[in-house]
Amino acid sequence: MFRRFARAFISPATNPYPEGATEIVAGRSLWADARARFLRNKAATGGLIVLLLLIAFALFGDLIAQWSNEEIDWAMLGRVPEVGGPSLANGHWFGVDETGRDLFARTVQGTRISLAVGIVGALVAVIIGTLYGAVSGYVGGRTDQVMMRIVDVLIAIPYMFVLILLMVVFERSVIMLFVGVGLISWLDMARIVRGQTLTLKNREFVEAAIATGVSTPRIILRHIVPNLLGIVAVYATLLVPSMILFESFISFLGLGVQEPSTSLGALINGGAQNLRNETPWMLGFPLFFFCTLLFALFFVGDGLRDALDPKDR
Amino acid sequence: MTAYILRRIAIAIPTILTLIVLSFVLMEFAPGSPFDSERGIPPAVLANLEAKYGLDRPAIERLGIYIWNIVTQFDFGPSFTYRDRTVNDIIAQGFPVTLTYGIWSGLAAIAVGVPLGIVAAIRHNTWIDYLAVGFSIGAQVLPNFVMAPILVLVFTLWLGWLPGGGWQGGQWNYLVLPVIALSTSFMASIARLTRSSMLEVLNAPFIRTAQAKGLPMRRVILRHALKPAMLPVISYLGPTFAFLLTGSVLIDVFFSTGGIGQFFVAAALGRDYSVIMGVTVLYGIIVVALNLVVDLAYAWIDPKIRL
Repeated sequence: MFRRFARAFISPATNPYPEGATEIVAGRSLWADARARFLRNKAATGGLIVLLLLIAFALFGDLIAQWSNEEIDWAMLGRVPEVGGPSLANGHWFGVDETGRDLFARTVQGTRISLAVGIVGALVAVIIGTLYGAVSGYVGGRTDQVMMRIVDVLIAIPYMFVLILLMVVFERSVIMLFVGVGLISWLDMARIVRGQTLTLKNREFVEAAIATGVSTPRIILRHIVPNLLGIVAVYATLLVPSMILFESFISFLGLGVQEPSTSLGALINGGAQNLRNETPWMLGFPLFFFCTLLFALFFVGDGLRDALDPKDR
Repeated sequence: MTAYILRRIAIAIPTILTLIVLSFVLMEFAPGSPFDSERGIPPAVLANLEAKYGLDRPAIERLGIYIWNIVTQFDFGPSFTYRDRTVNDIIAQGFPVTLTYGIWSGLAAIAVGVPLGIVAAIRHNTWIDYLAVGFSIGAQVLPNFVMAPILVLVFTLWLGWLPGGGWQGGQWNYLVLPVIALSTSFMASIARLTRSSMLEVLNAPFIRTAQAKGLPMRRVILRHALKPAMLPVISYLGPTFAFLLTGSVLIDVFFSTGGIGQFFVAAALGRDYSVIMGVTVLYGIIVVALNLVVDLAYAWIDPKIRL
């Protein structure tokens, strides 16, 4: 069924293969097509490579770091601006932060938390949004009306404030951040999924499932949702950077992750607060990693959208 | 069009109510009483305090009173930390500051973003187009909390041209950095949207007609292309205002402008629940109201709705 979709999408203008090639190389799946299209997109491929490097940095950076992220280098304390700069000799490749902790190890830790928040937040948003949208679209009628009006109402709320309220009321834990960031972003997902479900629910395979007596929840989970995966994957990738932005914003304000844990936003905040102490490395390194990460994610997300969802062009 | 406006208002009111109820319920979950202190207050005093602030009544009654006070008097109640000030005092003190540079930022984003997008579309695939596209991609990864420290580093610490914080009654040199930091990413989004919708419109048959009857290009663009091209931009403005308001929290804190965001974050760190809630509800009302204005502008400009 995906295959048929894929054929329909490849108009002559967007066909990545030479004239007539689709007949010779029959049976290319949507995913193979998408991969080919993705790999021809230089920005997206470059973004993917950078992203993989950053993930490797976040996962394995600890192993090459000369210092742990909690250790305080007492030799630095009190004269961080003079001797705390990046140096190969003492193993502080990115310098130290204001309390003498190794900034390389802290950046590894921050990148890891930021990536985790982005991915888990997007996952939460995707699960809630997909189920909500699929149920709303499939059930239809009055239920659909009510469910979508609820989304209309909720989508207009300035969520950053609610999220901050949430973080204040409950403990400022990373788990709460994961859940909170995800909870505020499922609304767009629900709308997209609902629209897609509407086009799916009158197809023959759904009719066949109904005719053979499959229950409604089972149809939604086993027949509708798997067919939504392409579009869901695209929007999930685009959600990750915005989740990271959310989290960094809150951590920059000092309302996000708490010490000794950190994130890129919290590190940028630390660097920004020490600007006047002439310690530009405290701002520079986290900032570089933050911007590179976002760039890579945006390019990958854009590339995926072009590859999987060509009608969007 | 009346039906359209009524429908919009019908969504706006439950939105604000939901926000109020949501924040109220969250506050009910908050651990501890606002009057907890290390020394411990005698039970009798505590009871009196709670009676004074109405905290001894059932939650549902307090919610009713809270909503009633907002609707009838725009009164957000007392602050629990500053005993001598109400939430309204704090808003009255901080809001003018935030509003001032917020308006300037919005204007700057539109005044630069829209022309840049139009020029990029007209000069499609020339250096100016690439410049606009590059700018809008770059600004995506330069949110205000990245822009603000970079700007201060360059213009305050290295060049020494502009002050890196403070307000001084809103003198222009104290305004420049906050406005740039806040508006850049919106400027970029507006430029990108304008460019793509302008490109689409310029390929439409009615533009070819206008050109075919010999109108000068300037007139074709200003009289015919601009209005339809602005539709997606206008519908984007609603969410933009929401982001501007959220962003202002950060600008207030980073530049110590004395704006409302500074009080908000201080309240969030000090668990001054009534201030957090008051600011949240106030901003919610502003966002919903601005969305309504944007919807009305949309209705006015889009003939499909005007019917």
